[in-house]
Amino acid sequence: MKGNAIERVTTVVIGAGHAGLAASHFLSERSVDHVVLERGEVANSWRRERWDSLRLLTPNWQSRLPGLRYEGPDPDGYLTVREVTEFIERFAKVSRAPVRSGVNVTSVRRADDGYQVATSRGEIRCRAVVIASGACNRPSVPPLKDAVPESVKQLTPFDYRDPATLPDGGVLVVGASATGVQLAAELARAGRPVTLAVGEHVRLPRTYRGRDVLWWMDAAGVWDQRYDEIDDLTRARRLPSPQLVGTPERSTLDLNALSSMGVALVGRLAAVRDGRALFSGGLRNVFSLADLKLGRLLDGFDDWARTGGRDDEVDSPERFAPTRVPESARLQLDLGSGEIRALVWATGFRPDYGWLDVPVVDAKGQLQQTGGVVDDSPGLYALGLPMLRKRKSTFIYGIEDDARAVIDHLARYLAGTGWA
Amino acid sequence: MTTVTNGVNVQALLEAREVLKGAPEAAQFTWRASSKWQHGVHSEITIENYFGLGQEQSHKKESVFQADHPEVFAATDNGITPIEYLLVGLASCLSAGVASVAENRGIQLRSVESVVEGAHDIRGILGADSDVRNGFNDIKVTFTIDADASKEDIEALVAQSQKRSAVFDALTNPTNVTVEVA
Repeated sequence: MKGNAIERVTTVVIGAGHAGLAASHFLSERSVDHVVLERGEVANSWRRERWDSLRLLTPNWQSRLPGLRYEGPDPDGYLTVREVTEFIERFAKVSRAPVRSGVNVTSVRRADDGYQVATSRGEIRCRAVVIASGACNRPSVPPLKDAVPESVKQLTPFDYRDPATLPDGGVLVVGASATGVQLAAELARAGRPVTLAVGEHVRLPRTYRGRDVLWWMDAAGVWDQRYDEIDDLTRARRLPSPQLVGTPERSTLDLNALSSMGVALVGRLAAVRDGRALFSGGLRNVFSLADLKLGRLLDGFDDWARTGGRDDEVDSPERFAPTRVPESARLQLDLGSGEIRALVWATGFRPDYGWLDVPVVDAKGQLQQTGGVVDDSPGLYALGLPMLRKRKSTFIYGIEDDARAVIDHLARYLAGTGWA
Repeated sequence: MTTVTNGVNVQALLEAREVLKGAPEAAQFTWRASSKWQHGVHSEITIENYFGLGQEQSHKKESVFQADHPEVFAATDNGITPIEYLLVGLASCLSAGVASVAENRGIQLRSVESVVEGAHDIRGILGADSDVRNGFNDIKVTFTIDADASKEDIEALVAQSQKRSAVFDALTNPTNVTVEVA
């Protein structure tokens, strides 16, 4: 039997990023026997699926995990990818997480009163599974990629490292969330002619009244809003990431900043027809929507500061110039003319649950869960997804509250069924 | 709390949204216009039936539209120009959107007026310059709205109505068009 025996563990955690390790931290605290399975190494996506210049969007003082916080010299700075990797590695060490690296999960299915986890290193039977495999496993690329001429090199953010990754010449960046604006700026600074296709987006200044905009979100309680208090949760979870970048200069990277750098703004990429990219003529309205939404957010911050007596702690209120509408935004671009040599799909990411043989994924590829408790599948949990339990769940520092609550539920579930 | 009465049954729309989330096939509509050439560049278009919610549907009554071209085009001007029908569609769609969003947001409207202007270089359709497109070069809509709301809230109404407008989408984004001879 040796070699073929099915290993038994109470709880399997899938993924050794910040979410899986936070789960492990609270499982250990409650003495729940578990393993953390990791396809690569700890913080694998940060090591292998991010571009070189990336830094966190959240300031260093927000870089905290259960029992660990940033203690460096620059609380207002932003961690580089390498520093994030080291931070998560340190967390794995201090929390003594039982991580098994290089173990690929190929299937999770229901079995008796629990789950059977098939891996590249054998089978595991367990009572509970925590899915912490991430929200950004695959770049989302629209089907119109198939209509792009072969002369244009297509890349996703997973392929992109630095401007030298791209062939010389013009670049079309599709998508103006955090990824799109950051890559457009980096390519423009490298001297590339950049066209940026802009759909609905979230505009934010890096700092407001002298404080990081994420300080305001945190202080004013925006980040603590619970998932069950959000009007349209599906929509909120699908919201594109804000136009932000973490740089030592703490500069704002909105569309006006990009225009000033020479980036040409065009509407949402609507179709590629006969080798021509066709852009939406609705650019003005996506600018208006984002500007108005920003105005409402800042009004809310000002109200909060005034009514809470915090006006003296911060600078005077300010308002930002509306997004400048290009005099004549192009409606089409001949992709075969040689003007564009590369196209970067900054069109978002999606999770990959191809290995999950439990019917809990909806038609849109999202896990059906309520606050991290997977619907109708006792013992199955999720962590590390956007707005899982609160708005701040999207960020690294949001994991502590989420993991505590989810593992608390998991422990009660095990206790109720005579386990752990 | 005062009751807002813009006359839009938002409750029914919100309920329909919930129902159709789980029944995408019922949400498939086909709108239909029938045209009959009259004389010269004058056509008569009738609209009565459409398909939706899984079956054939009818308007309360048939509507008849005359489309022609003006006398400066050396035509008989029995009705508005086809491209003007696009302005009719855009104005009415955005106004419907403003009213619906206002109702949903509890904003009482007193008046909603708009002027839609389409800039058109007719050298395109005349074949006078092949670099000029046939359709509009630009469309400008100007709303004048009197409502119990701030300027920002009114701007947000107009922005949201564009975001959810069928005609705005049809005009700003490409659509596949198939024309066949039966």
